[in-house]
This record gives sequence, structure tokens and C-alpha cells, in this order.
Amino acid sequence: MIMVAAASAQHSPSPAPVGIVVHRALLAYDGMRLFDNLSFEVVPGHVACLLGPSGVGKSSLLRLIAGLTGAASGVVRGSDGAPLTGRVAYMDQRDLLLPWASALDNVLLGSRLRGETPDRVRARDLLAAVGLADRMDARPKALSGGQRQRVALARTLAEDRPVILMDEPFSSLDALTRSRLQELAARLLVGKTVLLVTHDPLEALRLGDAIHVMAGRPVELGPAMAPPGLTPRDPTEPHLVQLHRRILSTLRAADAATGSQP
Amino acid sequence: MIGGLFRLLLVSLGLVVLWQVVVWVAAPPPFILPGPLATASAFINRFDLLMQNAAVTLAEILLGLVFGTLLGAAGALAVIAFGPARRWLLPLLIASQAVPVFAIAPLLVLWLGYGMASKVAMATLIIFFPVTASFLDGLRRTEGSWLDLAQTMAGTSTSARLATMRHIRIPAALPALASGLRVAAAVAPIGAVVGEWVGSGAGLGYLMLQANARMQVDLMFAALFILALIALALFYAVDAASRALIPWQDDSLPVPKE
Repeated sequence: MIMVAAASAQHSPSPAPVGIVVHRALLAYDGMRLFDNLSFEVVPGHVACLLGPSGVGKSSLLRLIAGLTGAASGVVRGSDGAPLTGRVAYMDQRDLLLPWASALDNVLLGSRLRGETPDRVRARDLLAAVGLADRMDARPKALSGGQRQRVALARTLAEDRPVILMDEPFSSLDALTRSRLQELAARLLVGKTVLLVTHDPLEALRLGDAIHVMAGRPVELGPAMAPPGLTPRDPTEPHLVQLHRRILSTLRAADAATGSQP
Repeated sequence: MIGGLFRLLLVSLGLVVLWQVVVWVAAPPPFILPGPLATASAFINRFDLLMQNAAVTLAEILLGLVFGTLLGAAGALAVIAFGPARRWLLPLLIASQAVPVFAIAPLLVLWLGYGMASKVAMATLIIFFPVTASFLDGLRRTEGSWLDLAQTMAGTSTSARLATMRHIRIPAALPALASGLRVAAAVAPIGAVVGEWVGSGAGLGYLMLQANARMQVDLMFAALFILALIALALFYAVDAASRALIPWQDDSLPVPKE
């Protein structure tokens, strides 16, 4: 019975995990090469975290993968060889909720834009899963920052895409709300391929299967650091504290290599 | 809103007192400047006449508002929706404003007659541009990150663009449209009255011309008073309606903490 309930809450079976492949990507802004010959992969079903100094191009890389940058070249595709167009859900640092729509209508936005029949039952399930069962009809203005970001998470999950791109999704929240949302995300994003941009090494340690540090201009991606254990992890555990120290020193070196101001 | 009305009443009262003082001190002949009392008595004595004509003018203004808003909104949507047409429509729009509406009022009366049609056309013409310009502004300034989000959700097909227009661009532009409508409500009476001055058989503008010719300046003032009331009521009605219909624009809602 419990299995059945869990299955119905998920509603439709999630699509099979698809990894991300970026091959020899090139992106320039105003004649300055942000990426040149950048290649990397995210294993299907893994959470990859991108750390790096601000302005290094983390968000640009996400936009490139999301297909939102026009003037880029190189290959971006799924690990199955097909393009990622229409298989990516995007979650921004800002909640990007439409202020005139209720939480429920915000979650249903994607299906409305695609001209599908809005699946209200599933949207309600998702809002309940992020802990907003009693705020479904509230407009964003009546919600707190944490609640708004929960709606944004539900909206991202409602897209039911195999690949999820997150651009500092929890950075505008206070510490307690952030850690709650990280736990929630770790639970709800199981089975998805996630690329998470963050400026917080602890967040990467809590959620990441692979952690990359981006540095330099044009950008290079550092080797993956893989924290052991299941997510969400407790970053105060001794072996993670050690890894945290390593990440910080890599970041410091990255900052120097990128040449940004302190 | 209540405080605003109170202040408005207080300011009006102050102006009336000032007016009375001017009449007492300068003592102009009543056909140059009648006092508030003479105006009030004209208002009461000729109430039926005033109301008949006010109804005509009000109808012209309201019809002008409806048509001007519909045309203006449609114009803005057309400019946004039909990319290639934009290059032709926008200069046409601006050129249409380069011709002063007042200058073509006699033409409109010639074409559409002395009845209400020419006045409604005047009000429509004068409203059309502020509505189009502000709505267009709102439609063009949609938050870019919303559009990016929409693109990841639905792609770039024509149907996705139309849906994005309907679900994101248009609602996002409603506050801008509302400010255009406020301007429209304020200028619509000008269009109607100018139309009546050029040639008509009814309406407050017509009544004022007649009263002026007969030195019934008190009646003129009474008509003017009604016209001002109509303009004020329209403005506040549009303001209240836009606040009620666009509640998310109001940022004084309490924000509960989690």
C-alpha cells in the first residue's frame, strides 16, 4: 500500500536519467572569450556542483546548457546523444514567480505555456511535497522568501525534466531556511541529473556527487571532487571538513587565476 | 483613498472661499465673474438642463474611453505581435500624434455629423495614443528572466510565443496599461468637449458655448463644475478599478515570515 501511495504521489514515472555532455564549447562576450574549448560531463542521475569566483562564468555555462545563449558554439547534448532542448528545467536564484498568479498557477505555468491541460492534482501533490499544502492559493507577495523558493522548486519539479539546472537556488535565504530547502531538494531531486551553481562550498558538500571549481579566463573546469556518503550530508563531519578546506584553497587559487577583485 | 478624497474636498473648499473673496474684493460684474452663490443657484435652477447635457457628454466620454482603450490595446498588441509590421506601425502611430486632434475636429464633424459620433471619435483619438504608448512600454519591458524561464519550459515555437504573450507579457504589462488608462480618463473629457465646441446640438460643451453667447456666465460655471466632477469621478473610478483588478501591483500587503 505504501508503495502504491508513493507511486501515485509521483504520478507519472520520471523519465530515465540523462547526463549532460558539453564538448568544446565556446562562448564570448564583447570579444572576451569566457569559455574556449570547454568540455565536461555530468553523470546521469548525479548532482554536479559548480563553484568558482563570481563573474567566472558559472551562470553563463548554465545558460549555455539551457540553450539560452545564442552566440555560442560547440556541442551541448544529453548523454544519450540527443539534444537537451525540452529536457531541461531551470531554477534561478530569484524565484521568478509571476506576482499575479497563485502558487498553484505558478507551478502550472509550464504546462500552460506548452498548451497542455494543466494537471492540478500533480501540482497540488508537488506543493504539498514542498510543505505548502495550505498556501496553494496565496500570491507570491503573501509568501516568505523561503516559501517562494519552495514554490519555485515545485514549479521546477512540475516540469518533470530529466535534467535540472540550478543557479544559486538557495543563496538568498537565511541559513536555517536554506538548510531545510537543501534537504528537501536532495530528497525530491533523486533520479534527476542536476547541475547546481553555488558560491557556498558547504552547499556543494551537502548536495554534490561531484564538485568542480571553475577558474581562469577562458574558464577551465577543475577535476571533480567526490565527497563520500549519501546526500544530504552533514558538512561538519571530519572528512568533509577536510574536503571543505581543500575546496577553499582551490577556490582561493581560482580567484587569483581569474584575477577578480577581493 | 479616503484621505485623498478628504484632502481634495478641503482644497476645493479653499478654492471656493478664495473665489468668493475675489468676488467681494474686486466686485466684477456678474457676467465677467459670478460668485459661488450665483453659480450654485444657476446649478439648482437649471438642474434639468444641465443633467440632460451632462448625460450626453458623459456618454460620449465613456464610449470614447471604451473604443480608445480597445483600439489602443489592440494597437500595442499588433505592434508587439507582428514583428515585421512593427517597422511600419510604429512610425504611423507617432505620425498620428503629430497631427493635433484639435485641428481635425472640424473635419470629424464634417465627416461624422453633429451628433455623438464625431465627439466619440474625438475622445477615442485623444485616448488612443496614451493607451497604446503605455501598454506598448509595458509589453516591451517584460522581465527578461521570465522570458528565459518560459523558453526553457516551452521552447520558441509560435504557439509557445503566443502562450508566453498571454500568460506572461500581457499580465506583466497591465500595470503600465493602467497608468495609460488614468491619463486617458483625464484627457477623454477634453476630446468630447472640443468636439462639442466645433459643432453640436447637445452636451456640456454645447451648453457652455450657448451660455457664453448669452452672457449666462453663471450657467457656464455650473457646466464647468459638472465637467470637473465627471473628470474627477472618472479618474478615481479608473484608479480604483485598476487597483482592484491588479492587486499584485500594490506592495503594501503584509509579508508573513516563515
